[in-house]
Amino acid sequence: MTAVPIDLTGNKGRHRREALIRRFFLAAALSSIVVSAAIVLSLFFEALRFLRDVDLSTLWTSGWYPRRNQYDVKTLFMGSLLVTGVAMVIATPLGLGAAIYLSEYAPPGARRVLKPILEVLAGIPSIVIAFFAISWVSPEVVQRINPDAPLYTLLAAGIGVGILVIPLVASVTEDALRAVPRSLREASYGLGAKRVTTSMRVVFPAAISGIVASLILAASRAIGETMVVALAAGGSGNSAFTTDVFSQGQTVTAAMMSLAFGTDRVAGGGGSEAGAAYQSLFFLGLLLFIVTMALNYVGDRFVRRVREAY
Amino acid sequence: MTTAAPPVPARPALTRRRIDTWGLAFQGALIFCLIACFAFLLVLLADVIGDGWVVFSDRGGEFLTSNLSSRPAQAGVWQAIKGSLMLAAFVVVISFPLGIATAVYLEEYARDTRLTRFITLNIRNLAGVPSVVYGLLGLAVFVELLGNDRSGGGLTGGRTLLSGGLTLALLVLPIVIITASESIRAVPSSLREGGYGLGATQSDVVRSLVLPNAAPGILTGTVLSLSRALGETAPLILTGAVVSTFFATPNQSVADQIRGDYTALPVTIFTFARQAKPEFKNELAPAAILVLLAVTLLCNAVAVLLRARYDTER
Repeated sequence: MTAVPIDLTGNKGRHRREALIRRFFLAAALSSIVVSAAIVLSLFFEALRFLRDVDLSTLWTSGWYPRRNQYDVKTLFMGSLLVTGVAMVIATPLGLGAAIYLSEYAPPGARRVLKPILEVLAGIPSIVIAFFAISWVSPEVVQRINPDAPLYTLLAAGIGVGILVIPLVASVTEDALRAVPRSLREASYGLGAKRVTTSMRVVFPAAISGIVASLILAASRAIGETMVVALAAGGSGNSAFTTDVFSQGQTVTAAMMSLAFGTDRVAGGGGSEAGAAYQSLFFLGLLLFIVTMALNYVGDRFVRRVREAY
Repeated sequence: MTTAAPPVPARPALTRRRIDTWGLAFQGALIFCLIACFAFLLVLLADVIGDGWVVFSDRGGEFLTSNLSSRPAQAGVWQAIKGSLMLAAFVVVISFPLGIATAVYLEEYARDTRLTRFITLNIRNLAGVPSVVYGLLGLAVFVELLGNDRSGGGLTGGRTLLSGGLTLALLVLPIVIITASESIRAVPSSLREGGYGLGATQSDVVRSLVLPNAAPGILTGTVLSLSRALGETAPLILTGAVVSTFFATPNQSVADQIRGDYTALPVTIFTFARQAKPEFKNELAPAAILVLLAVTLLCNAVAVLLRARYDTER
């Protein structure tokens, strides 16, 4: 009797087909790297041209006047800072409060109903919030606080952005609170602690990395938010330096919008005929990209710290 | 508290119900926060419906089927609806297959190499990039580089629906990848092992076990990313969506429309809200918002329902 040879290598055609399919999926995955590279390259290329062509002293004067070749980034960053500050003042207490209630207080039935409603708020497009900021927030809130305020103010834009980032704060914070193990709460109750003590002195500190992360991510989102500011802050192409939230103002993102259409619309057709205003768009984009990347990186580190702890 | 009443009265200090004022106040404050969030939502809806409903009660469906116009009584959102639907088609055709394929590679094929970790990190970073930066990418690559006759042979035609659609597709790609990865990861590995035990190849396992089981989760994620794409404004304005109350769309073939002027619902809302005539800002903008909200909220509701069904089944 001779042994029947058994071929364990399998069908060669099948192997080749598997390798081909694998390569196809790898190619799809590599496309995301191409997208990142395209973003970074397009931003750097035009931003460098801008920095090369423009007189660097015009980047730190007073006021953003692209038509007069005055590109004061300080004006724009002050606007972004004010809007983000107002947004965080609104979103931090409301978002954290809602998250603590949903995670620590709400009965499961109520939670099942309340959480989707919060997700509906998260799904509202920013242009709708932008309209809400000028049609309701500005006359009903801002002009009640300060009757002299114009319809378009940095404060109205900030409140709008705040409403926009509340669901982000609430959902990341709630995830962090719910990741705190039950045993910690039970130990606290076992020692006779009240619910408020357990929530604030035990669960909250245990989830602090996730909570800080939610605030950092929200700030990053607020800085990058464009439409609310473009519509409600009232900044036209030109803007003077201001630190007053009750006045019109310009932020980094709103300045990019007004460069892209309307009075400041940058000439189509890149290359030599495109002016410095066109390239300043990419310079601002690069600054915004770097700031949000840095914030997201720090936020991500905090989120991962929670995951490692439990 | 114990159920049976104690036979001997205990010391009052132990049984007296003390009202925990601070605790109640804290709980009240928390409920206030939650109610404030919902109040924003309610006031927003009431405000928009209160302002915009008059357009529908006066003109009915005619507002939906008219083209843009500088005369408020005739202006409609048909071109915007058409533009939004065609942009959504780009997202469906480009982002969904590409995103799901990437997720399959990362979860099923990739080993834990430096390249894999880099791709994962890169996708997380891309998800955090502000949408206006994607608009710049679209402006630099699709409008200028590929749209220019000299450098790209006029491939996209410049400020066209094609450029806007490609930009939106790239914008939602990381969201599709992340949600698809999560639902593929949730497929129990026992299923895969069962498949391999029966002699299936890796692609068989992916096709007939992993993807069908991850489908509800993937579908939820794709619907949510579609609703995100429908609400985006800034990248479209940067890549040349029409921000005025008029542009002509004579009877064009679909191919001409893709390489022609376009607008979308959120862009039209922005346009209306910036017009000097009060009817645009006070009536037409909220009416257009109602159309947009109907579409995006419908998407979100479908996603929430899908997920709820998926969660109970597991």
